[in-house]
Amino acid sequence: MLSNGLGIRIFIVPVLAAFLAACATTPPPETTPAVDDSAGLPAAPTDDVGPATPIGPDAGTQGDLDATAGDRVFYEYDSAELTATARRTLQAQADWLRANSGVSVILEGHADERGTREYNLALGERRATAAKNYLVALGISGSRVGTISYGKERPADPGSNEAAWAKNRRGRMAVN
Amino acid sequence: MDVMRRHFWIFVFLGAALAGAAAFAPTAHAVLEVDITRGNIEPLPIAIPGLSPEGLTDTDTAAGTLEQLGAKISRVISADLERSGLFRPIDPAAFIRLPTAAEVRPRFSNWRAIAAQALVTGKVSLEPDGRARIEFRLWDVFAESQMTGLRYVAPPQNWRRVAHLISDAIYRRLTGEAGYFDSRIVYISESGPKTQRVKRLSIMDQDGANHRFLTSGEDLVLTPRFSPSRQEITYMAYYNDQPRVYLYNIDTGKHEVLGDFPNMTFAPRFSPDGNRVIMSLAEAGNSDVYLMDLRTRAVRRLTTHPGIDTSPSFSPDGTHIVFNSDRGGSQQLYVMRADGSDIHRISFGNGRYATPVWSPRGDLIAFTKISQAKFRIGVMRQDGSGERLLTDSYQDEGPTWSPNGRVLMYFRQIPSDAQGEGGSTSLWSVDLTGYNERPVTAPNDASDPAWSPLIR
Repeated sequence: MLSNGLGIRIFIVPVLAAFLAACATTPPPETTPAVDDSAGLPAAPTDDVGPATPIGPDAGTQGDLDATAGDRVFYEYDSAELTATARRTLQAQADWLRANSGVSVILEGHADERGTREYNLALGERRATAAKNYLVALGISGSRVGTISYGKERPADPGSNEAAWAKNRRGRMAVN
Repeated sequence: MDVMRRHFWIFVFLGAALAGAAAFAPTAHAVLEVDITRGNIEPLPIAIPGLSPEGLTDTDTAAGTLEQLGAKISRVISADLERSGLFRPIDPAAFIRLPTAAEVRPRFSNWRAIAAQALVTGKVSLEPDGRARIEFRLWDVFAESQMTGLRYVAPPQNWRRVAHLISDAIYRRLTGEAGYFDSRIVYISESGPKTQRVKRLSIMDQDGANHRFLTSGEDLVLTPRFSPSRQEITYMAYYNDQPRVYLYNIDTGKHEVLGDFPNMTFAPRFSPDGNRVIMSLAEAGNSDVYLMDLRTRAVRRLTTHPGIDTSPSFSPDGTHIVFNSDRGGSQQLYVMRADGSDIHRISFGNGRYATPVWSPRGDLIAFTKISQAKFRIGVMRQDGSGERLLTDSYQDEGPTWSPNGRVLMYFRQIPSDAQGEGGSTSLWSVDLTGYNERPVTAPNDASDPAWSPLIR
């Protein structure tokens, strides 16, 4: 389900999480109060660190959306119809939007290179709108969901082959 | 700039009027002419020696010495005519002896000896005010007669335009049709990886000279088109992530959004009078064709179908519009009246059809055909009959007509390999007959060409 474009984010998230975890579990420097009856012996310094707890990206961010619901759905050639897989992703995105009620998003519509430029701009708009309409039908306010078409101008995969085209016929949710 | 252009023209017309020697066709000899309606004809051998400097040959003009100027002009004329595929300029190394001055009758036997059928002679001199006086004569070598002759007076730095005007005059005299060399191309210059392509609005002469970038590349720009009547370009851009149609003034450099639309506008094109722009507006995911009056800014909706309606193009008489629609299930070409009535499909071949553009002559519609996993450029009559495909490559898209309707320019995309490398875009041109396909010079990758009308 997760496509190439996500790879970078998947990589970044654990690194960031590990970094934050490290910050959170580093004990603050302690000053040992000098206690009269300790015979002047300083307390033994502790190097005890609790287990790292993974934490996700901040709620409501693009990284959170990517990790929670996935940011994109895919379409068939020259089609804006939502497949069963696409609808499942959109349901997860709707859940995520409900959980993050202050967030608004833009749905980007993209096409593969096998259509002409202007037609693909129209097709991208149709795809983005199909996804938006589905979110609205699931109860998400249309005012939180914008659309933009990039036609074939911003492929996710630069290849000229079936696998690349399948990745490029996509609707991507971008957090505003 | 404007003033200079006006002055330039005044002198061109004066010069043309002064050039007395009228053309005449000899009777005893078959008229020298080039039939451009046949494909793959034998190009006409033509000799184009450097225009002779008159006066001091090393006189410096703003564009080099007179001798250099004369040589540069004849090289541009040779290149123009050669590129048309209709002429074969003879290598100057074969010339037996150079003509001394243009008014002297050429020694025709010398030119017949190297099989030249046409000869261009001319001279350049300097006016007291620093402008260049450039004249040429076209000769029929076998009839030993002058076919045409014109004189131009222009600032020396405008020598390229004069050369293109001479090419147009020669082309017109020998083919009987208007030329297209004094024209420009606006297009999209491309660079960077395919996933983050940098695109810049760019302009150049039809031979690739005088190249200029008009936008920085910061924002995505697409599909520029020339105004038929003014120094204006309409195009689509993603400024502030708002995909909209814009108007660009070449003289002032000013960009202006067209209309106040709530959603994406795209696929703009001028009406034949240049006073209106026809385009698509996407609303609630559906694209329809709209017409905007540039003076009143009034907008009129022309199509209302839930299918995609885009890529509209006017007939040159302004009465009809051809456009691209998937209302019948797949991308096809449709024609309607300019008021949106009487919509009917014209493309019925195997495959999908896109990017229709009406010929400036009105007789043909050029298109991109999508079939057998390829994009090819083709033409059909306005009723859809007589379809001919002119190119064959991975993806040839987006034809534009030369001002005389004889040549089509388009862009060609080469497929990327599995690693996403090697994909490139470039401009190409092909004769209406399907012959003489060749690349068009541009500094970077290039797409979305649009040919200007002849420069006025």
